[in-house]
Amino acid sequence: MSKELKPKRRDFLFTATYTIGAVGIGAAIWPLIDQMNPDSSVKALSTTEVDISNVEPGKTITVLWRGKPIFIRRRTKKEIDEAGAVDLKDLKDPEKDSDRAKNPEWLVMVGVCTHLGCVPLDNKGDYNAWFCPCHGSHYDTSGRIRKGPAPTNLEIPKYEFVNNNTIKIG
Amino acid sequence: MLGLLNRIILTILISIITTLSFADEQHSHGTNTNYLNTDWSFKGIFGTFDRASLQRGYQVYQEVCAGCHSVQHLSYRNLSEKGGPEFSVEEAKAIASQFEVEDGPNSDGEMFMRPARLSDKFAKSFPNVEAATAANGGAYPPDMSVLAKARAGGADYIYSLLLGYDDPPQGFELDDGVYYNKYMAGNKIKMSAPLMEGIVDYSDGTEATVEQMSKDVTTFLVWAAEPHLEAQHRMGFKAILYLIILLTLVYMSKQKVWSRFGSKEEPKEETFDKVEKVVTEYEGEDPKTFK
Amino acid sequence: MSENKYIPKTKLAKWFDSRLPLLSLSHHLKEYPTPKNLNYWWTFGGILTFCLITQIVTGVILGMHYVAHTDHAFESIEHIMRDVNYGWLLRYVHANGASMFFLAVYIHIFRGLFYGSYKAPREVIWIIGVIIYLLMMATAFMGYVLPWGQMSFWGATVITNLFSAIPLVGESITTWLWGGYAVDNPTLTRFYALHYLLPFLIFGLIILHIWALHVPGNNNPTGIDVKKNSNETMPFHPYMVMKDITALLVFIIIFFWFVFFAPNALGHPDNYIEANPLVTPTHIVPEWYLLPFYAILRAIPSKLGGVIFMFAAIFVLVLLPWLDTSKVRSSTFRPLYKKFFWVLVATVILLGYLGAKPPEGIYLVLSRIATAYYFIHFLILLPVLGRYEKTDPLPMSISDPVLDKPGLIDKFKKAAGQYEGENVGSFK
Repeated sequence: MSKELKPKRRDFLFTATYTIGAVGIGAAIWPLIDQMNPDSSVKALSTTEVDISNVEPGKTITVLWRGKPIFIRRRTKKEIDEAGAVDLKDLKDPEKDSDRAKNPEWLVMVGVCTHLGCVPLDNKGDYNAWFCPCHGSHYDTSGRIRKGPAPTNLEIPKYEFVNNNTIKIG
Repeated sequence: MLGLLNRIILTILISIITTLSFADEQHSHGTNTNYLNTDWSFKGIFGTFDRASLQRGYQVYQEVCAGCHSVQHLSYRNLSEKGGPEFSVEEAKAIASQFEVEDGPNSDGEMFMRPARLSDKFAKSFPNVEAATAANGGAYPPDMSVLAKARAGGADYIYSLLLGYDDPPQGFELDDGVYYNKYMAGNKIKMSAPLMEGIVDYSDGTEATVEQMSKDVTTFLVWAAEPHLEAQHRMGFKAILYLIILLTLVYMSKQKVWSRFGSKEEPKEETFDKVEKVVTEYEGEDPKTFK
Repeated sequence: MSENKYIPKTKLAKWFDSRLPLLSLSHHLKEYPTPKNLNYWWTFGGILTFCLITQIVTGVILGMHYVAHTDHAFESIEHIMRDVNYGWLLRYVHANGASMFFLAVYIHIFRGLFYGSYKAPREVIWIIGVIIYLLMMATAFMGYVLPWGQMSFWGATVITNLFSAIPLVGESITTWLWGGYAVDNPTLTRFYALHYLLPFLIFGLIILHIWALHVPGNNNPTGIDVKKNSNETMPFHPYMVMKDITALLVFIIIFFWFVFFAPNALGHPDNYIEANPLVTPTHIVPEWYLLPFYAILRAIPSKLGGVIFMFAAIFVLVLLPWLDTSKVRSSTFRPLYKKFFWVLVATVILLGYLGAKPPEGIYLVLSRIATAYYFIHFLILLPVLGRYEKTDPLPMSISDPVLDKPGLIDKFKKAAGQYEGENVGSFK
């Protein structure tokens, strides 16, 4: 009887040791991984305010937010009309222009091509809006993908109008 | 021979230790390192900061010290972070917005001033060390971000220094703008006593005695130097408790594993057992032989 | 090596092992025969491997956040301490890890001295060990410069100035080390690069150190050779592995106590003051593990002499296998050497203590006496002792009763005596 019990007890001891040891190694590894995540000073840089009083219609300004370019375009009447007239069925990533621009005159987007991260050029391409030179993605005047390899529309960041002349991004 | 050697070595050792302790006593003479002590809540393995004291300490720092001493490694967001004074985010934002920091360049290439945000570092009273030195009679008021770690004695030293102002002993020469302090190295300090009864008005009703303010601002400085102290204590306790449990298990496993190898770990016992066995066997046989 | 050869069990294993014998190597490491009487002082080899790996892992990570520039170094350390996720933990582990590394290496070295592990046929293991120790000191010194605090700066200034003692070319060498006319940004960046490099050299040397160990096998507390593949040895895995892990955990508990509850106790407060080339701290001291050598440096009243003696204090260890002429390895059987061993330990501790004191008065006198004794121990006492010391009789094997714990022999004698007594009685 005691001979049968003995190996069981030993096995339990070893299993417990291995398990608890593995938990500790896991806990020790987490800080080594987490240190590569954005640190608290990076996370704190969440907002930036942009003065838009000097932007003429048909012009785009580019500002840096969290290390990425943000396009702020004051659209012309023509551009707004073009963007609004598109049939959603023609779109790869259907989205209404009115959902993308709170104030139709101002289009605020992250200026990073959703394909592989290049910065698109403005007033270029088949839709005379944005065109990514890296792999030939064409975006329309609402920043929606129309042609080329990019899977989705240009991303809209969180932003708000602080007053008529200032946009707060983030 | 060995006994004599032992005695010689022991005598030399004892005489060295006596000489050294005598020499140490002579050397420490001069500056007072017997720092004052108070009941710091952050000492010990379970130590945490007293939030109210940290908030009051921030007030003392801001109203009394910040005119000369910067804390350049602190950010306003730290004031609302866990383990610190834990002001609410709104309060911290309001504090930050009272200060102006330089930003830029703007689209015209000009630097400009704007109200501080949470992500900004604490505003400095002087742009650089030279300016601070020039404005303070040639003595640089040290940045206080890590002051509590940069002075032997740490919190006790800062606390003592703040309370260590006194009239110089007879015959102690002091130049203009130099003050006597019991705990400063050389007893001469260029900072006049910064705290006096009621110099700040605590909003929580605590009486602003010099002792209370010294304690609060020292607590604030200890936190400023070690903002993760509480996390450190918590994690340390857990880690060491865990290690003791694991050690117990590993030691038991080790004993088990070694017992597989016969009594290899204690070969001496085994040898003795054998010897005893032989002796017993022989004893047992003995009567027969005689028969 | 005499243990069983590895025989691959599967075709794949055979295929792989005949091309790269990693499986044979792992088999060798598992089956490596170790003397069964190794005590806990022998666990420090494993502990030191743990220390090196910890330092490399935390160091590489700190390198991801640290900025090697005089304008940003101090600030980037504070950034690590405040902002980086678990940055404070990683830095405190790295900083205290260096101290623990040296604590372990000193125990490891003195264990070797006590049990005569440096003697034939283990001289090469010992010499590689001394080189590792030298590289460790260089690495630790350069690492201490990186935070760019006051002690970093002035420590770097003092140590690099040592080289200016070399006749004729000294000044040029110092300028070359600095990359300028004082310790400055070029010095910091090159120290950073070398601080990153040297641990990997140490890692390589540790492989050689272990390789050289596995040729003759471990020494043991008796210092006499064990018979391999006898019941005097046991396989490294799981026996020694389990014992090493047990000791390692105790070590980590002490280590973590420093990390979490006294992380700055082994450092110097002045290093939290940013480097200022215009103001020297009143009292410059190196990290504790370098203090004995610092005391020797200051004990000699000549610049060049101090440097020579300091380096000689380490170099003399290289010659140790030939300076100690005794045939007996373990001091267990060398009553006189054992005494002098402990006097040496006390001398080194005393030198360490004196290294932290100002070089004046009684401190200076004692430093000189201790320095003199340090060299007398190695250069005079050891050769002479080997010739004239009367050693205790050596046992026939590591499990010989001669070795047994005190009292056992008496017990045996008593048992035998009683029996004899009875016997005589019965004859009467």
